[in-house]
Amino acid sequence: MWVLLGIAVIVAGFLLRFHPLLVILASAIVTGLAAGLDPLTILAAFGKAFNEARYVSIIWIVLPVVGLLEAYGLQERARGLIAKMRGATVGQFLAGYMLLRQGLAAVGLTSVAGHAQTVRPLVAPIAEAAAEAQAGGLDDDGRDEVKAWAAATDNIGLFFGEDIFLAIGSILLIKGLLEQYGISLEPLQLSVWAIPTAIAAFLIHGFRLWRLDRRLKRRGGKGAP
Amino acid sequence: MITLHWVYALAGAVFAAFALLGARDRTNPRRWTTAAFWALLSLSMWAGDALGDLGNGVLLLGLVALAGLGGMGRGQGPVPDAVRQERAARLGNRLFVIALIIPATALAGTFLFKQAPAWFDGKQATLIALALGVLIASAVGCLWLRAAPVEPLQQGRRLMDSAGWAAILPQMLASLGAVFALAGVGDVVGQIVSMAIPQGSLFGAVIAYGLGMALFTMVMGNAFAAFPVMTAAIGLPLLIRTYHGDPAIVCAIGMLAGFCGTLMTPMAANFNLVPAALLELKDKHGVIKRQVGTAIPLLIVNILLIYWLAFP
Repeated sequence: MWVLLGIAVIVAGFLLRFHPLLVILASAIVTGLAAGLDPLTILAAFGKAFNEARYVSIIWIVLPVVGLLEAYGLQERARGLIAKMRGATVGQFLAGYMLLRQGLAAVGLTSVAGHAQTVRPLVAPIAEAAAEAQAGGLDDDGRDEVKAWAAATDNIGLFFGEDIFLAIGSILLIKGLLEQYGISLEPLQLSVWAIPTAIAAFLIHGFRLWRLDRRLKRRGGKGAP
Repeated sequence: MITLHWVYALAGAVFAAFALLGARDRTNPRRWTTAAFWALLSLSMWAGDALGDLGNGVLLLGLVALAGLGGMGRGQGPVPDAVRQERAARLGNRLFVIALIIPATALAGTFLFKQAPAWFDGKQATLIALALGVLIASAVGCLWLRAAPVEPLQQGRRLMDSAGWAAILPQMLASLGAVFALAGVGDVVGQIVSMAIPQGSLFGAVIAYGLGMALFTMVMGNAFAAFPVMTAAIGLPLLIRTYHGDPAIVCAIGMLAGFCGTLMTPMAANFNLVPAALLELKDKHGVIKRQVGTAIPLLIVNILLIYWLAFP
């Protein structure tokens, strides 16, 4: 029963915002001690597992390529694509952005778009302008709401696109963890199962964006607030 | 035969280059400790098998100490905006073409390398192909964009330093799973959970797993941290061992159930609070409020997907 203390340590440590790597180490030590292992055995077991799970961290070898492309204007190019979608309703525009974000994340380009890279300079202003035109003027709360929709759409597009790429952190974490329990899987076997959820996420969020359009249209019909 | 060890050798070289270039970056106030971190990771990639279990444990302590005591920093020096604008306009969509080389090679290699078992370790085909894709994309990128060969490493290091210690978080959590397994955490939690879930209810167990992933993620602010806990507790002992669910489906979709939790918690500040500040929203929970309406139905969909797909 005492081995559960390790779980308590990791939950409390993350909740209290201690340094995550220290929390993980503390959780391993507490779990091991509670199971009656001596400290050196715990360290050796943790070290052995770390060595066996090295492939989880090899995804970083893609960074030189991503960095090179970013230095040569990949983000600017992505912004060009987003700016081309100007002129749609806010719902259509954000749905289009979500599709782009999911697609980029699915081929491993997670950092090309994001809150600082695209949402603040581009997606939020375009969405705001579109919503303003639809509703015939927006108050401050309305403006904030549309900006929040833009940020929310970015998160949802990223989360439910990135796992389709077969060498993203979460996929390799799953592979690494299952291997510790003697189950051996290929990354592709895992990443294909991210596709049904990716489609569901687009449909659910797209439906909500469609309803946002309808709400704004009703507001616009009543004249400026 | 090309095995995973070739990929480790390449990764070791990349991390060594990050360390060397980082040590020379005078704009980074913590350049020595940051460089030491990547150098240790390089050593792990190159010589991990020769260090022994305890040696790896000590290496791990070194990494945690460097990061945990605030030794990680980053320098300045992204390419100026105007230069990137000009390059983007000139180079156009060929940038995307180069970017697509990596996933295309990884996907093709996953299938093709299995046809040549004498040449490639088929079990690790994807990761070997990924490394090959990186090499091809780097070479094509340097030639096509007329960049100096050190440019990818220099730019890659810049991104690596901004990721910082978080780079080894997934590897650390996967390793924690091994300690949990050794200590029998799963057996204990499994017993407790099987008392709480109606005897023999598969659907109840799936709900406990999906909901547990989302709730633990909300508490910890991180689906990666919730995953080893919930998998040791419910995923492995109940869904996979007792009910013979497909481990790939249970875990892949279980992780996505956790992501639904990420959308609903202020603990995931990077995704939920930082953008609210960046967009100067009056309500700092404004982004979360817009996300809940998608996250809850999607969580239900994920739970149903596990139930339908993983247990034929």
